[in-house]
Amino acid sequence: MPSISPAPQSPYDPWRSPPVDEVGVLDRVERLGKRSIKTESKLEALRMILSMLDLTTLEGADTPGRVRQLCAKARRLHEDPQLDLELPPVAAVCVYPSLVGVAKEALRGTPIQVASVATAFPSGQAPLEAKLADTRFAVEAGADEVDMVISRGRFLAGDFQGVFDEIVAIKEACRAAHLKVILETGELGPLDVVRRASDLAIAAGADFIKTSTGKIQPAATLPVTLVMLQAIRDHYHRTGLRVGMKPAGGISNTKTALRYLVLVRETLGQEWLTPDLFRFGASTLANDVLQQIVKQKTGVYQAAEYFSTG
Amino acid sequence: MPWTYSPAPESIDQGDLHQRYGLFVGGEWVEPRSGRWFDTIDPAREEKIAEVADAGEQDVDHAVRAARYAYERVWSRLPARERGKYLYRIARMIQERARELAVVESRDGGKPIRESRDVDVPLAAAHFFYYAGWADKLDYAFPGRRARPLGVAAQIIPWNFPLLMAAWKLAPALAAGNTAVLKPAETTPLTALLLAEILQEAELPPGVVNIITGGGETGSALARHPGVDKVAFTGSTEVGKLIQRALAGTRKRYTLELGGKAANIVCEDAALDQAVEGIVEGIFFNQGHVCCAGSRLLVQESIASELVRKLKARIETLIVGDPLDKNTDIGAINSEMQLRRIEEYLRIGAEEGCEIYQSSCALPERGYWCKPTLFLGASQSHRVVQEEIFGPVLAVQTFRTIDEAIARANNTPYGLSGGVWSDKGAKAFRVSSRLRAGVVWANTYNKFDPTSPFGGYKESGVGREGGLHGLEPYVALEPWVEIAAGARSAILAGGAP
Amino acid sequence: MTERRGRRTVTEETPDRSLRGEPEATGDEAAAEPSRLPVLKTYKLYVNGQFPRTESGRYDKLLDAQGRNLANVCRSSRKDFRDAVVAARAAQSGWAARSAYNRSQVLYRAGEMLEGRREQFVAELETQGMAREAAEAETLAAIDRWIYFAGWADKVQQVWSSVNPVASSHFNFSLIEPTGVVSVLAPEESGLLGLVSTLAPIVVSGNTCVALASSRFPLTAITLGEVLHASDFPPGVINLLTGRRSELVSHFASHLDVNAIVWCGEDAAESLRVQEESVRNIKRVVLRERIDWHGPHAESPYPILDTVEVKTTWHPVGS
Repeated sequence: MPSISPAPQSPYDPWRSPPVDEVGVLDRVERLGKRSIKTESKLEALRMILSMLDLTTLEGADTPGRVRQLCAKARRLHEDPQLDLELPPVAAVCVYPSLVGVAKEALRGTPIQVASVATAFPSGQAPLEAKLADTRFAVEAGADEVDMVISRGRFLAGDFQGVFDEIVAIKEACRAAHLKVILETGELGPLDVVRRASDLAIAAGADFIKTSTGKIQPAATLPVTLVMLQAIRDHYHRTGLRVGMKPAGGISNTKTALRYLVLVRETLGQEWLTPDLFRFGASTLANDVLQQIVKQKTGVYQAAEYFSTG
Repeated sequence: MPWTYSPAPESIDQGDLHQRYGLFVGGEWVEPRSGRWFDTIDPAREEKIAEVADAGEQDVDHAVRAARYAYERVWSRLPARERGKYLYRIARMIQERARELAVVESRDGGKPIRESRDVDVPLAAAHFFYYAGWADKLDYAFPGRRARPLGVAAQIIPWNFPLLMAAWKLAPALAAGNTAVLKPAETTPLTALLLAEILQEAELPPGVVNIITGGGETGSALARHPGVDKVAFTGSTEVGKLIQRALAGTRKRYTLELGGKAANIVCEDAALDQAVEGIVEGIFFNQGHVCCAGSRLLVQESIASELVRKLKARIETLIVGDPLDKNTDIGAINSEMQLRRIEEYLRIGAEEGCEIYQSSCALPERGYWCKPTLFLGASQSHRVVQEEIFGPVLAVQTFRTIDEAIARANNTPYGLSGGVWSDKGAKAFRVSSRLRAGVVWANTYNKFDPTSPFGGYKESGVGREGGLHGLEPYVALEPWVEIAAGARSAILAGGAP
Repeated sequence: MTERRGRRTVTEETPDRSLRGEPEATGDEAAAEPSRLPVLKTYKLYVNGQFPRTESGRYDKLLDAQGRNLANVCRSSRKDFRDAVVAARAAQSGWAARSAYNRSQVLYRAGEMLEGRREQFVAELETQGMAREAAEAETLAAIDRWIYFAGWADKVQQVWSSVNPVASSHFNFSLIEPTGVVSVLAPEESGLLGLVSTLAPIVVSGNTCVALASSRFPLTAITLGEVLHASDFPPGVINLLTGRRSELVSHFASHLDVNAIVWCGEDAAESLRVQEESVRNIKRVVLRERIDWHGPHAESPYPILDTVEVKTTWHPVGS
């Protein structure tokens, strides 16, 4: 049995989490959704989005070939001989543990990280031993980042300490790999609960908190993200420590992605607008952003056929 | 390198304005008989936008006569349903010209385009749309009573929500069958004049609405005019009292929407991040030029330091600047005079020993601007706590128990609005019921809707605007029994108007 | 068989004479009594549930048609008024906080007491110069009027409050609340019905009030105070003063701790003064001129609405 250590920083008390008013959150999100991002500001944001991307494939049908395709796309997002697009590298490629080795190999020589989901993704319904084994396997195969899922069943049953202890244990198993904790907010219900789960995950040592597996609807939403960002901000004010944020699932176009950046900028500030602290988990967002960049550069509206799929 | 928002200005060619506007009387544009004109200024650029007529007593008389004529000859004889249809038309045309109206509103008054676009103009249309439907349903509004129009309504509106206030005033007046003479504020006449164009386009019968521009003297002459049956005024308590006095003994009906100094009470169990948003919305909406602004923050001591920290951080993110930029949160102060007034209070607050906290934002060089400001450590006895400042300035006090908060909240001659933030429903409703104020926002602030009655207790005014209750000030109520004695057969035959 | 409450129980064995209009006392009994000195009643003020004399020590004589003094009526001073406002203010929040059902019962109870003192009111109105028939009609109408308003306590909210269908995700409702403390210049010409028709709609919604009684019918006002006192009205909810209108009207209108004034009268100059003085704190001014107290304007819920405020509350609907 792995040793289960108590809370590393402050003891976690689920009832200390502040209440959240849903209508107020929706108002705020709607308001920030009206920020107008134009010209230079937009181009800069588009590049930033690319740099924050976790290009993701998480299908039962994933094969080494499929993962190599995706990695190739990650390495070479788009090129246009006429234009100097100045495209940054994406942040990471995210795959299942069994394909970490393939991805690691395919991305050798690039700064692109390999992220692996783990802990009986996506349901989290497995014994701790299995989750730990899953995690260790991914880390040993070379994963730089681990995206774990919390046990929503235990959380909703009120076993907060159990969920907390599990995250602590997985964090230990990650060793040097960064830990992203997926709350699967689509299964949690009200925003108060999202806040509670965020506080729990942060207290247990998450490097990032992440909205969703992408397997459950709704996946990432702006209101849920705002609440998670507020949890991160309050933690920072208490401890001085910066936790990262990753909305994942359902962010398929540039317009939506821009709204996330606005949310981060106005809730956490500039410091969080870096791939070290903010990521997008998405599979189809990249090409939409690329089209927008080319359009910004040329003034001509683009078509999907001119951009390679991943 | 920080990621900032590039300028995103709304283009101003949308608002194709004339260089000069006369008076809108009897359905026509007329030159002022006074022969006087004045400039209306863009407070963000200190530039003249247009010249408008300064209505004198003769002009007022002309407008009131036009309204009387239209009342007697046309509007009171029109079937109620047709009145309603005119109002529907107006609502739709406001929606069609929304963008133009928003741009002109922001240029003339300095408010952020986001607010004029998302709040002022849509709500103005909504008010006409809402009251349009009442026109032919008045028999269901007042149990046991038949509602009759009063006649000519004199309506004097302020500079903080120029088009919206015009809608608040005109829509219920016309729906109930009155005609009107509307006087927009001196510093913000333009959207009312665009509204006059809309009324023309809508083919509203001449004289049903007359719009005359001018300053305090014009307003005074209008309120005092013997041909007026009803006065509706929105503005300061000081002027409201002058009007109430002027109307003494005249039998004119009146409604007054006056000043306020609302307390926004934040309890320790509140959803703090949303409370911060509500505080910001409460005091910085429209540069704090809002009579129901939450200009006094009462925060429970146990959470005061955290809340103030959050509030300061939030204030730093407010974007102050060009009202026409879509990203602007706080626009220009409406006029130089108002800016001087606010600055005077900044001086008073400092003298009274408040700690002043202001956003570090840069301000444009030209125009009238005020940084979002907190007075920390304010006390009940301070003038900045007692007096209406009408600017982006928030006085912050702490409290220990909810009873203390309620007592402080009510410790003012004003009673327009109030706010309470608590996650405990029972507490929020208790506070709401004990606040002596006409509008209470619980876990929200500065929300408006045409169906929602608005108006003050105590020195914040008399009467309500909006909703079913907002019809009452524009009607005389007669018992059905009296009508029945004379007109039963006509009513039974369906011949009643 | 039992008749309506408030009347004496009538059985078939003992036919009730009073119902047939016969005198209750027989001539024999009257003749048997030696002539006795009547006990005169001292009419004082009704303030804060007590019957103080005016602090001024002054009084006015109330004379009958023959010029005989009927009573020495307290000539209230502005200080009496001030004290009454203090009492009314102190009583207001508690009275308003009572359930509407409870206020309704308190008013109804006062109605029961009125009914029980019916004859006294008729006699007193007569004493003050009203014809017997008119006095009877006035008294019966006043009792019924009081009962009428008692019934509104828990209905006015239902009819005039509203839930407003706002376009955002908020529960928005508007409630009727009392305005606060109301000063009243009672109608001169209708000493009981007019007084009752003025007071009842004010207090039924939770206001408290200070009323200056008719100078023609001051006695009935004070006797009404005794009725209220004997009922379940909390002290200070209704305060009744007697005295000279000309001395008090300005104070009734100017007092800053009075939220509304109900002025009944005919004198235009006095009305103007009331309106002008009321500006000091933007008092709600209710003018009742030439009201037919038996007519449909008087018996309607609309007078209740003259001294209420509409409060609108917003609350988010979410989770």
